[in-house]
Amino acid sequence: MAEIAYWEAIRRAHDEELANDPLVIAMGEDIGVAGGTYKATSGLYQKYGPERIIDTPISENSYTGIGIGASMAGVRPIIEIMSINFALLALDTLINAAAKIRYMSGGRVSCPIVMRTPGGTAHQLAAQHSARLARMFMSTAGLRVVTPRGPLDAYGMLKSAVRCNDPVIIIEHESMYNMRGEVPDQEFFRPLEGAEVVRAGSDITLIGYNYSVHLCLAAAAKLASMGVSAEVIDLRALKPIDRDTIRRSVEKTHKVVIAEEDEAAVGVGAEIISVITEECFFALDAQPVRVHAADVPVPYNRQLEKAAIPNADDVLAAALKVLGRA
Amino acid sequence: MKASDQTRLLREMIFFRRFEERSFEAYMERKIGGFLHLYSGQEAVATGVLEMARCGHDYVITGYRDHVHAIKAGAPAREVMAELYGKETGSSRGRGGSMHIFDPTVNFMGGYALVGQPFPLAAGLAMACKLKKTDQIAICFLGDGANNQGTFHETLNMASVWKLPVLFVCENNLYAIGTRIDRSTAVRDQYKRAAAYNMESSQHDGQDIDTVMKAARSAIHHVRGGNGPYFIEFLTYRQRGHSMSDSNAYRSKEEEREWAERDPIKLYGERLKAAGRLTDADIAQIEKSVQDEIENDVIRFAEESPEPRVEDLTKYCLDDNPNPQWIGPLRGDQHG
Ligand SMILES: Cc1ncc(C[n+]2csc(CCOP(=O)(O)OP(=O)(O)O)c2C)c(N)n1
Ligand SMILES: [Mg+2]
Repeated sequence: MAEIAYWEAIRRAHDEELANDPLVIAMGEDIGVAGGTYKATSGLYQKYGPERIIDTPISENSYTGIGIGASMAGVRPIIEIMSINFALLALDTLINAAAKIRYMSGGRVSCPIVMRTPGGTAHQLAAQHSARLARMFMSTAGLRVVTPRGPLDAYGMLKSAVRCNDPVIIIEHESMYNMRGEVPDQEFFRPLEGAEVVRAGSDITLIGYNYSVHLCLAAAAKLASMGVSAEVIDLRALKPIDRDTIRRSVEKTHKVVIAEEDEAAVGVGAEIISVITEECFFALDAQPVRVHAADVPVPYNRQLEKAAIPNADDVLAAALKVLGRA
Repeated sequence: MKASDQTRLLREMIFFRRFEERSFEAYMERKIGGFLHLYSGQEAVATGVLEMARCGHDYVITGYRDHVHAIKAGAPAREVMAELYGKETGSSRGRGGSMHIFDPTVNFMGGYALVGQPFPLAAGLAMACKLKKTDQIAICFLGDGANNQGTFHETLNMASVWKLPVLFVCENNLYAIGTRIDRSTAVRDQYKRAAAYNMESSQHDGQDIDTVMKAARSAIHHVRGGNGPYFIEFLTYRQRGHSMSDSNAYRSKEEEREWAERDPIKLYGERLKAAGRLTDADIAQIEKSVQDEIENDVIRFAEESPEPRVEDLTKYCLDDNPNPQWIGPLRGDQHG
């Protein structure tokens, strides 16, 4: 078992899957000769060559479409889009094509692509480089959406995504690529469905995904020092959502905070509250609270950016409010 | 070309015309819903190009005006009609409809409604052929209007840089719905636009199937020979409106008449008659047999086929038999 960085975990998954199947390829801007913006494909060009590690021009919609077309003929492309903001240009091929081809062909043609992209605010990248946008994909039938919170899932979910026959969107995070974590040395797969209780507790449930799991964990640690036992759930997959794990936790704790880095409207928190309302409304002792970004384009200025994006103290404050201790 | 092949080609075009006209009738009877884009008038393009391809081996992909391309590529006509009827026996199990015919058993990889979307999908199919080192090619049929999408430029560029085995067939019928090409497009001759991407290209008459076949043969030879992509443009004309609700008010009766003179079926039939290959009686006989086949086989199959079951509503959305190892649920022993 070694402790490796998130980007190394992604790189290792690429490497193993490329070695395993000659029809696995990787494509994206600057992923080959340059090794990838976040190093997630470094060295692979040298190892697998330009036909399989494909440096694309800056044509997000069409190179994604080329990956989709190739997948329809049995290729398994791992498509990197440099930032989720740029994935907006590929929504036609992702949402109108990849998500729908299986259904509209009556199950006769599938599109086993993986699209990886970092969402989230890093540090002062301003409005056009800080989008989260997970909600756009999680509301699309025909896609799977996963949000690895650390190296273990970054590795194991990418491996599963490559082998899965459905189109899978993997949302990474600009601020997580250097995050380190233990990853076993032997090969393993992590499933693309199922939330995970990452910290067990009995007084309140804190729900996060991707980066916001870490905010929940930090808040839970502070709550523990205040004598409150918080349970933390990592959703892991935004599509499909694991309703059972959420229900079981809420039935135990009766109180919920949902932390998302995105704006609130029509978002992950809104969806989770709907799930809770449908699954276990009467288990609630207090109204659920969302911790989310301010309803503004992300500002450049450091202070303003900080104010726009939720942090662990915001999660803590929300938890105390739900607990009636604010 | 052998006389029997010529007769077959004429019969195929007559069949395609009748298929389209008969689906128009079924649409009027409300047996077919949605949008319905007919190919009448353009038959020589798909028929001629695909006659030169290796159907069932090469990949074929197109837009929403896709019935004829699918059938010529090898999809059973009765399944295509059943798809228009929305039946479970349809090419896409009734989930796609007229604009989304698929038959992967013959490598017909679909009809798509988003104008320009098949460009990259075609290049991707070609990339797969290249990766697998097969001698297959991908053939992408699209209209003139599609060339104003970003996907045209992005894909032609990549196809050229990566020397992908893809043939882009532009069916220039002069209109994108009601907008005539010179009102929307700075370059009227579409084949010239491919030059910007350092791609071989040419323009031909799309009404004369002999011309189409000759041009397609050398273009396909180029692509299959590993020389990279090729962009081939055919000038053609659709006889009917863009879709069902189109009054054709944007074009003159005179223009329609001129093109009707150059109806591909009429041109080819006359050529075969002049060469002494067929008589009027032979052609009448072909028309009769086509009519019978469409009624007794194609329409009958569509009419008698079952509807999809409502219980199967969400089937085909995701892989219906996923490997639990990749999908889940998350188990305690999975390195949590
Ligand atoms: C992205 C997109 N924009 C607009 C439309 C509406 N639309 C459908 S067909 C069409 C015209 C396309 O013309 P052309 O490519 O020349 O093909 P043709 O119909 O003449 O065969 C338009 C604008 C669409 N389906 N997709
Ligand atoms: Mg047109």
